[in-house]
Amino acid sequence: MSALTIRNVSKRFGAVQVLHDIDLDVESGEFLILVGPSGCGKSTLLSIIAGLENATEGRIEIGGKPMNGVPAKDRNIAMVFQSYALYPSMTVRQNMTFGMECRGVPKREQATILDRVARLLQIEALLDRKPSQLSGGQRQRVAMGRALVRDPLLFLFDEPLSNLDAKLRLEMRMEIKRLHQRLGSTIVYVTHDQIEAMTLATRIAVMHRGVVQQFADPDTVYNRPANLFVARFMGAPPMNTVPARLTGEAGAMVATIGQGAAAVRLPVAEVPAAWAGREVVLGLRPECIAEPTRHFSDMDGATVTLDAPVEVIEPTGAETIVLLRFGGEQVLGRVAPDLRLAPGTNARFAVDTRKICLFDPQTELRIA
Amino acid sequence: MPDRPLARALIYGTLLLFSVFYLLPLAVVMLNAVRSTADINHNSVIAWPEAVVWGNFGETWSRYCIAEHCTGIRPYLYNSLLMVIPATIISTLLGALNGYSLALWRFRGDGLVFFVMTLGVFLPQQMNLVPWAIVLRDLGLFNTISGLVLIHVVQGMSFTTLFCRNYYVSIPPDLLKAARIDGAGFFRIFWRIVLPLSPPILVVTAIWQFTGIWNEFLFGVTFSAGQNQPITAALIALAVHVSEAPQYGLQSAAVLLAAAPTLLVYLFGGRYFVRGLTSGAVK
Amino acid sequence: MPARRLLGEGLRTLVMWAPLVVSCAYVVIFSLWTTAVSLTRSTLLPDYTWAGWRNYTVVLNSRNWQVAYANLAIYGVLFVVLATAVGLLLAVLIDQRIRGENVFRTIFLYPIAVSFVVTGTVWGWLFNPSIGLQKLVQGWGWEGFRFGWTIDRDLAIYAIVVAAIWHASGFAMALFLAGLRSVDADLLKAAQIDGAGPWRTYTRVVLPTIGPIFVAVLVMLLQFAIKTYDLVVALTAGGPGISSTLPALVVYDFMFQRGELGRGSAAAVMLLASLTVVLLPYAGFRLWQNRRSAARA
Repeated sequence: MSALTIRNVSKRFGAVQVLHDIDLDVESGEFLILVGPSGCGKSTLLSIIAGLENATEGRIEIGGKPMNGVPAKDRNIAMVFQSYALYPSMTVRQNMTFGMECRGVPKREQATILDRVARLLQIEALLDRKPSQLSGGQRQRVAMGRALVRDPLLFLFDEPLSNLDAKLRLEMRMEIKRLHQRLGSTIVYVTHDQIEAMTLATRIAVMHRGVVQQFADPDTVYNRPANLFVARFMGAPPMNTVPARLTGEAGAMVATIGQGAAAVRLPVAEVPAAWAGREVVLGLRPECIAEPTRHFSDMDGATVTLDAPVEVIEPTGAETIVLLRFGGEQVLGRVAPDLRLAPGTNARFAVDTRKICLFDPQTELRIA
Repeated sequence: MPDRPLARALIYGTLLLFSVFYLLPLAVVMLNAVRSTADINHNSVIAWPEAVVWGNFGETWSRYCIAEHCTGIRPYLYNSLLMVIPATIISTLLGALNGYSLALWRFRGDGLVFFVMTLGVFLPQQMNLVPWAIVLRDLGLFNTISGLVLIHVVQGMSFTTLFCRNYYVSIPPDLLKAARIDGAGFFRIFWRIVLPLSPPILVVTAIWQFTGIWNEFLFGVTFSAGQNQPITAALIALAVHVSEAPQYGLQSAAVLLAAAPTLLVYLFGGRYFVRGLTSGAVK
Repeated sequence: MPARRLLGEGLRTLVMWAPLVVSCAYVVIFSLWTTAVSLTRSTLLPDYTWAGWRNYTVVLNSRNWQVAYANLAIYGVLFVVLATAVGLLLAVLIDQRIRGENVFRTIFLYPIAVSFVVTGTVWGWLFNPSIGLQKLVQGWGWEGFRFGWTIDRDLAIYAIVVAAIWHASGFAMALFLAGLRSVDADLLKAAQIDGAGPWRTYTRVVLPTIGPIFVAVLVMLLQFAIKTYDLVVALTAGGPGISSTLPALVVYDFMFQRGELGRGSAAAVMLLASLTVVLLPYAGFRLWQNRRSAARA
């Protein structure tokens, strides 16, 4: 069943168009993440889904029913806010039951539901406290509890983890994932953090300047980015994108970075023949550049080893990020931490050529 | 910066000098309230009492004659109280409701409403004298306490609305969105979420309204007469009345009683006073 | 159910709009009403016979009005400048980490809780030559000492300036103090590291950052000066003669002493016009400020 359908939704604030013709379909039980830099329109889209704002054009359906003009309270949704938006004058218990009180749910039933959700989130001990007496993580749990008591068709999360410190964010991310797996609910989740997007989503919509750049599962978004924006936005550090020239024939094409003796040549597959001899932008994930002993694949010719000058090394403990040059262009690689590299010298690296992406420098769209 | 003793002495000296300037009128009123007229005439208003005379209070409270009515200032204080209490409560509550509508329920033209409210705060009262005179006459409220209450409620609303609105705009919008998703409407959000957050601003607003209305003179003197006047108007009548045979002791006692309510509010709610004062300007 | 819902919706609309409409309508309607009356021949009672600008010319040419505006110029300038200076001085002194800060603040600000009627009455005694400061000093043996400002035609307006400063300078102090306290502490540390002394720190670092508060204080005091009424009634009643009258007194005099509602209204409209001259630039300034901060955010 389609839990959420968004058709041709546009939004203008005066002369400023913040959303352009958005089309999304979310199946029941899916975890959709809207991700993008700040100002990309993702929060506005979430507000439109919630019914807190109206779309200028287009249609919203929740659970197959048209929702245009339906007030937020009648949309059968629940929302978790970035600021948590807990009512400061109410206790945790009142915060969680307020929605049921507004809908006229009988007291006994309220208590049963409250008990169940409080146990699920392990916040039974906090029920009689005020929000000001809670830590950041506890507030986050209560905010989720307030959404969970409703048992809605759709959960909406608006950057729910961005006010937490790094450690707590990791814990809560796991918790949200576990809750989703356990309850099988449908979730639309807004974030600017691409790691949250990769770890939580069943599908990701990458947004930029009010346009959906790519709408696909995390693996596709990461490995087959639709355009240069997605390639550079997803991943930390982001994908290396360097100018290259294609030579050779269909099926045996080579991308050359730089010129002369320092030029780097990498075999590329599946490129339309028309691109032979043309300039492209070559995209390569940092993890595709590794120490020379790395074995990426059993496939013949998938791994190329080559020498390149090392400029800077950044050991992180688990791995070492290397800034090196391919044919004069700066690229980042991720090598094993025990590899001793000296900045200013040449070193040997292995490159996984299967993961190379090529982009049209004019349209910035992926061609292979 | 280094604490040079001379600089410190200069600072404290200046502050003390100004303290004398500010405290002088209060001291004069408090001391003269327990001095005899002869004592004041002989030694000026700035002097320690030759003998403490408590009788001034009793005389001015219930017996002294103001414009042929020998009832003291008690009925006028009572009038002021009857006027200030309902006017303060009503204007504060309506201001809270207005401020809530303006700050949290954006509507077409809310900017214009805000602008007109601001005008209302700065409008000189003289602009409203003739219209109020006609409105009060037509409503049959001329020379009544209810008429003054009506004036102070309507006039006070611009002020209370702006005060509350400026406080309510700092309520996070997410809180309202959450409430709307929970299914709460205009009133439920006001009662359950906004009003419980309001005591600080309601106290500030009520204190300012109380002080302003208690101390107001122009409307009191214009729209009430004789025994229906509030205390400020009666004080002027008293001053005019005694000008032939000055009774400064009695007058001081009357002034002290008239000033006491707002002074007490100031002493006990001083920090709210300052908060209200600075909330508008320091932004 | 739909009917009940419609009723609820109607009630909501009514309760939401009624107070808003009343408080806006009164401002607009009353102002227009008084303006209308000012253009008629109304005397004791409103009389809506068109009179054109005649009331304005009569008021403008009346001696009362001319004296009142000359007084307003003296009083307005002296009061605003001195009250601001005193307020700023006190705020800076209090900001020097002194003992008993709360006591001083309470003393300087209490006049704001005292009515103008009481203020005027008590300062009237202090300026009264037969019982006030003059009497006190003469009692010390300085027989020639004269301090009868309120009975002197040339000095009465200055007595009003003193009483008004007493009433309002604490207000200026409170605003300045709040401004001084809102200055970023890191800014003061930076000035200290740069080697700026107290004087330079204030004049070059602190005061420029509280510029908007200066403007707010000046505007508040100026509009307060233009509206001054009860203080004068209680202190000098505009006298001796009309030597210390102010525009607000002239309005009342025309309306209720002489029974000339049309002329009184014309005077009131001109009072509003003077106020607008002060407030319009300020409103523009605030608007510009808001736009700028909005543009930055």
